[in-house]
Amino acid sequence: MRIEKSDDGAGPAPGCDAHAAHASHGFEDALHRHPDAVLILTLVVVLLVSIFLGRYPAPYFLSPARLMHDELAQRLVLTLRLPRIVAACMLGMALAACGSVLQMIFRNPLVDPGFLGVSQGAAFGAALSIIYLGGTPLTLEASAALFAYLGLALSYALARRIRFGGWILRLVLSGIIVSALFSSGVGVLKYMADPLTQLPDIVFWTMGGLWSVGWDDVLYLLPVVLGGLILVYLMRWRLNLLSLDDDTSFSLGAAPGRERALLLLAAVGAAAAVVSVAGIVGWIGLLIPHVARRLRGANAQASLPACMLLGAIFALVCDDLARSLRPGEVPLGILTSLLGALLFLAMMLRGSIRVQR
Amino acid sequence: MSAAAALSVDGLHFSYSGSKEPALCDLSLEIPVGQVTAILGPNGSGKTTLLRVLLGVLRPARGQVLLAGQPRENYSRRQQSRLIGLVPQGEHVPFDYSVLEYVLLGRAPYLSPLEMPGETDRGIALQALDTVGLGHLRERPVPNLSAGERQLVAIARALAQDPAILLLDEPTAHLDLSNQGHLLEIMRALAAKKVTQVFSTHDPNLAVAMADRTVLMRKGRILDAGPTEALLTAERLSATYDTAVHVYRVDGRCLIALR
Repeated sequence: MRIEKSDDGAGPAPGCDAHAAHASHGFEDALHRHPDAVLILTLVVVLLVSIFLGRYPAPYFLSPARLMHDELAQRLVLTLRLPRIVAACMLGMALAACGSVLQMIFRNPLVDPGFLGVSQGAAFGAALSIIYLGGTPLTLEASAALFAYLGLALSYALARRIRFGGWILRLVLSGIIVSALFSSGVGVLKYMADPLTQLPDIVFWTMGGLWSVGWDDVLYLLPVVLGGLILVYLMRWRLNLLSLDDDTSFSLGAAPGRERALLLLAAVGAAAAVVSVAGIVGWIGLLIPHVARRLRGANAQASLPACMLLGAIFALVCDDLARSLRPGEVPLGILTSLLGALLFLAMMLRGSIRVQR
Repeated sequence: MSAAAALSVDGLHFSYSGSKEPALCDLSLEIPVGQVTAILGPNGSGKTTLLRVLLGVLRPARGQVLLAGQPRENYSRRQQSRLIGLVPQGEHVPFDYSVLEYVLLGRAPYLSPLEMPGETDRGIALQALDTVGLGHLRERPVPNLSAGERQLVAIARALAQDPAILLLDEPTAHLDLSNQGHLLEIMRALAAKKVTQVFSTHDPNLAVAMADRTVLMRKGRILDAGPTEALLTAERLSATYDTAVHVYRVDGRCLIALR
């Protein structure tokens, strides 16, 4: 205490520096000592700030006092901002957890949820609905979800029929094939689309965003996302076991094929649900598991909860920016890709991303 | 079948899908309890396949595997994993698990799929690490270890599993002499505790150094089996390896070399 005072006395500038350094050191220290508590607290703070952040009544900030007696502001927060905030959290958690599960199960740290035909399947379903089903929110979501799951199912079925290689290689291969088929399908649909009305809709949907989300979407997402995430959370130590090679995990009592399929279904199912609502939101599933492992180590017992929390924080911050940066909406997918790629690059340059082999 | 067999197989056939040649053909064999058995043969003779069938990860097309005299189907997956441990060859660990976290995975057979390891498991894992002499490396990431240390850590993980039967696939591959010596000490200590051990190797000298009994394999078939020193004659080894092999006697022990 006395030392700080004498620092202050020495002049304002060094005093400020010392405080800043002290504060940042304090945060890092707390992060390392109680990482989960710090992450939960951060999420709560971001959640609270998100409620007051937006373009009404003026850009960026709605004062709590105004919220107390402005009826329009209350309705706006309740019917527009809150469901969007909840959806952004679910989106981030589902994509990050799914990325983590895929990376561990495929024993490949460079895999993300777009991997098993899910993203491209959803994009195809959305484009199909925009052109042939009128593209109402309900048909669009249903069609995107249907094709997201179809992408997953096709990848899985195809992997079972390929006659060579281990099943991970087969799944990866069939995922690439199914994604390519759907993405060429999206190309065909784009070519057929009305360039003035339908094409922009398709393009905008594939950029990803949560602008259309309401409470009904949240209610539709909740059981699939929550169910999937709870299962993944409960089996998180087991995930370590399933990241070892087949013979080893078998020798330790796991049923590698069955247990991996169950976790895949839970994690990719949750991701497919959020993709069907939000469109293609990239990089969260790839980047966040790396940040979580950097923070909490490889053991999924500790890193998976951190991964979910970090995913929620990252998606929420990106979505806050998406809806408040400009008068119009900035597509969420663009922001997550931009920030995600930059962060990934920074981590790679610092040597924080480790890929074996 | 004698009651003393930890593992026995009878009339075993196995083919990998898509391959015309059977990988294992009409195999019958008994692994006695508490003894060390070497499965010896040239590359591609089916040693690893046999180990994988014994482990249960491969199912034979024909024939039966008996575990302590009982058909394998009588045991649940979890019961089997408490009985049989595996030390695989050159395992690839894709993430930076610490040595202790990795060894703790050996406790999985004693935990339900939703359970996390507790203090008791931690104690057992640390003890297993001390047994292989790597307690001081417990916080080190596994991928950063040398090949020899990694092999010892894989053994520690299998020890944490506390199995009655330990299968080791080419346990001395990639190990220098000092690590080989260390590994032999560990295997001897386990043998003294009556842990049944089965290891595959293409090196007859390792069989001589370690194994009570040896099974000679070639092209998916068992050529012969018996007490190691009596079994490994120059004629048999020359026929197995298709090359002239000489067996010397040095200080009362066999030493096998190319002629």
